[in-house]
Amino acid sequence: MRKNSRLPNLHNLGIHLRILLIVNLLAAMAAILLSKQLSDFLPLLAELSTVVQPVLLLSMLSLYILYPFLDKLKYWQGTTAIMLLEIAFTSFVFIAANRFFAFDSIPETGRACLLAAIVTAIVLYYFYLQERAYSPAIAEARLQALQARIRPHFLFNSINAVLSLIRSQPKQAETALEDMADLFRVLMSENRDLVPLAQEISLCHQYLDLEKLRLEDRLKITWQIDDMPSDAMIPPLIMQPLLENAVYHGIEPMPEGGEIIVKIYTKFKELHIVINNPYSPQNNHHTGNKMALKNIKERLKLHFDLESSLKAEARNNRYEVHIRIPEKI
Amino acid sequence: MPQTLKILIADDEAPARSRIRDLLEDIEGIIIVAEAKNGKEAIELAQTTKPDVMLLDIRMPLMDGIEAAQHAQKLEPKPTIIFTTAFDAYAIKAFDINAVDYLLKPIRLERLQIAIDKAHALKPLPMEALKPLQKMRSHLSIHERGRVLLVPIDTVIYLRAELKYITVRTAEREYLIEESLTHLEAEFGERFLRLHRNCLAATDYIAGYEKRLNEANEAQWVALLKGIPETIAISRRQQHLVRET
Repeated sequence: MRKNSRLPNLHNLGIHLRILLIVNLLAAMAAILLSKQLSDFLPLLAELSTVVQPVLLLSMLSLYILYPFLDKLKYWQGTTAIMLLEIAFTSFVFIAANRFFAFDSIPETGRACLLAAIVTAIVLYYFYLQERAYSPAIAEARLQALQARIRPHFLFNSINAVLSLIRSQPKQAETALEDMADLFRVLMSENRDLVPLAQEISLCHQYLDLEKLRLEDRLKITWQIDDMPSDAMIPPLIMQPLLENAVYHGIEPMPEGGEIIVKIYTKFKELHIVINNPYSPQNNHHTGNKMALKNIKERLKLHFDLESSLKAEARNNRYEVHIRIPEKI
Repeated sequence: MPQTLKILIADDEAPARSRIRDLLEDIEGIIIVAEAKNGKEAIELAQTTKPDVMLLDIRMPLMDGIEAAQHAQKLEPKPTIIFTTAFDAYAIKAFDINAVDYLLKPIRLERLQIAIDKAHALKPLPMEALKPLQKMRSHLSIHERGRVLLVPIDTVIYLRAELKYITVRTAEREYLIEESLTHLEAEFGERFLRLHRNCLAATDYIAGYEKRLNEANEAQWVALLKGIPETIAISRRQQHLVRET
């Protein structure tokens, strides 16, 4: 997301998806313009596609490969290079196609190259605008605003719990205060860079130790993380707020408490984090929960764009949040 | 020297209870008569221990402090209620407007002392202050032979208005309460269905519908109920309910 060049990140699947969408939309528009009646539209679009899709495929592939090199150039150099590349691909495909097929209504090569240049300009301009909207400065400001905030409910209850320990179990009170200090150090720091998964997990342990202090046996945690890559990089404070939700909505309303299950694994180069907690619809009021989920969703988007997802669902008296992010080591 | 004040503590967190206990030890003229883990337990323990003051945490499982305070109004003698909370912006605002006593956790000794001193003066709890905080009650409280019984709302099969009372029917038995059916319907509308002008039946307990002949030999729809043999006649105006199921 943050880098020197203003070119879009051509190693990102989401960017390529958008290129595909914009170019095909423009192709559809061209087909509408060229067709005399509505019934001509589909055959025309199919015909256009036989030349548009190869150009698209070629460009996406080569842009993906050339991205590390393009990214080092100045912005105007990068865009010029892409422009020339597109014109070259278009003329190549058109010359090749004209040799094998006879088209009725496809423009000749010169006009096609001009069209390709215009489409490339539109796509580049779109990404330029998008990059500005999500410019590092703005994205950074938004990340800061989105910084995970701990519930005051948790803060005051924890202080209360520690106070109760001071007279009877001073040792335990000490540990609890140390955990709290660590937790708040992370919460108050500028959390913008990715952190190793292991670090987030240890933070979660400290947080849960504090919650155990007040909830005692009511809070049970099962960690299914044997297969997790400890050095995978994730945005900080992605898991802790979710655990806080799980405790607040899943454990505290239950007189007997319950079990939170945390599962982390990788599949197809993607990291999956699943947090599952008990849930009873009648005593849940989900305003606070939605805030935290929305916050995390937005942070994931700022970091990974379309390559990440967050799903939450309630089923069979359990509530589950499932995060998917690209595995980065 | 005022007489000893009997205090009941209700909080779901053991450390929070022990914190209050520690503080109360430093205050003279009081005695802790019971400790409860939730609102329901608090009301049940209050029956036998008859506290003068109930310290109720707002957020508790099973029955929260707000609901417990309402049921406590039926206790004899009526205890003074002091709420405790770590953080509940909404409740605190309502309390401030209506001058309800509350203590913020972590509780300070001085604040607790003042609240307990004021409790001697015995001020009734302004019930309207609790109204905006009241969600659906989890239990109905029933006054019976000097005791207050708590009936979980999810065990109630039907509510039927009879003269000035409401019959509350569970699988085991019937109770009488003095409330209005309209109010009950407003509060528990999502659980109950109005089958008749004078009767609300819990949707969970409706087993099905059947057409029967009544005393006047007219065909009439009745609702069959789970767990009890009784049926409830459905009034003509509510017969669309049968078709909708």
